[in-house]
Amino acid sequence: MDKAGKVLVVDDFSTMRKVIRNLLKQLGYENIVEAEDGVAALEVLRSQKIDFVISDWNMPNMSGLELLKQVRADGSLSKTPFLMVTAETLKDNVVEAVKAGVDNYIVKPFTADVLSEKIGQIEKKRG
Amino acid sequence: MDVQYINPFLEGTLHVVKTMAFIDARPGKPFLKRDNSAKGDISGIIGIAGSARGSFALSFSEGCILRIVSNMLGEEITQVNSDIEDAVGELTNMVSGAARQRLDVMGISLSAAIPTVVRGKDHCIVHTLGGPSIIIPFETDNGNFVADVCMRKNDI
Repeated sequence: MDKAGKVLVVDDFSTMRKVIRNLLKQLGYENIVEAEDGVAALEVLRSQKIDFVISDWNMPNMSGLELLKQVRADGSLSKTPFLMVTAETLKDNVVEAVKAGVDNYIVKPFTADVLSEKIGQIEKKRG
Repeated sequence: MDVQYINPFLEGTLHVVKTMAFIDARPGKPFLKRDNSAKGDISGIIGIAGSARGSFALSFSEGCILRIVSNMLGEEITQVNSDIEDAVGELTNMVSGAARQRLDVMGISLSAAIPTVVRGKDHCIVHTLGGPSIIIPFETDNGNFVADVCMRKNDI
């Protein structure tokens, strides 16, 4: 992803949004917007061009999985790269996210290096 | 309370605090707690269910959590505020996730609820099973915190 691209960070915990924002800045990404759940994220996605979504899984109102499904079902958003953040790697959850079209997932807690690696894997896969 | 649950929570706690806050916490000897008292100034608690059930809490002294969150956010925080409460919830969630990953490898598959945060002097930790719980104490250079685990295998 181009470092000038706009990243949407979705998490119901404001501290986690700040942590991810700081990690992205360490990696050179400056254009970052935030949303506190899936509902707010969809509003952002439908009102401005977003180049990459990093979303928590477990959130009130609308989970990361439901957000992913809505993004993939929306013709104008469906190609948006989507990285899911989870607190665990339960096999069933991973399978469900892959079926829904997630590009990659990352397990909390993570470092800037791991985040960079996951973003790189998505870029490589998408060519 | 089954002792097989202790190590996953101990290891998960060390991993999360190290990765998020760059702090090497020093674990002490676990002990049994029979009352509801919290061993800190602010606590996060999360319910857990699946092939076992119960709850898990993290309780921090004020000095300890201020340092942890300051390190997490890369900015100095000098008093307990909404950022601190938010971070305690997220840390509880992450340690629960890290412990559940380790328990999954042992064949114990669990899911967790959304954590709640309690603060104030003499606040209580009310475990879903009522207790008793195992306390795993940790020391840091800026104060202490504990992991408070109350888990039991489901009756067949």
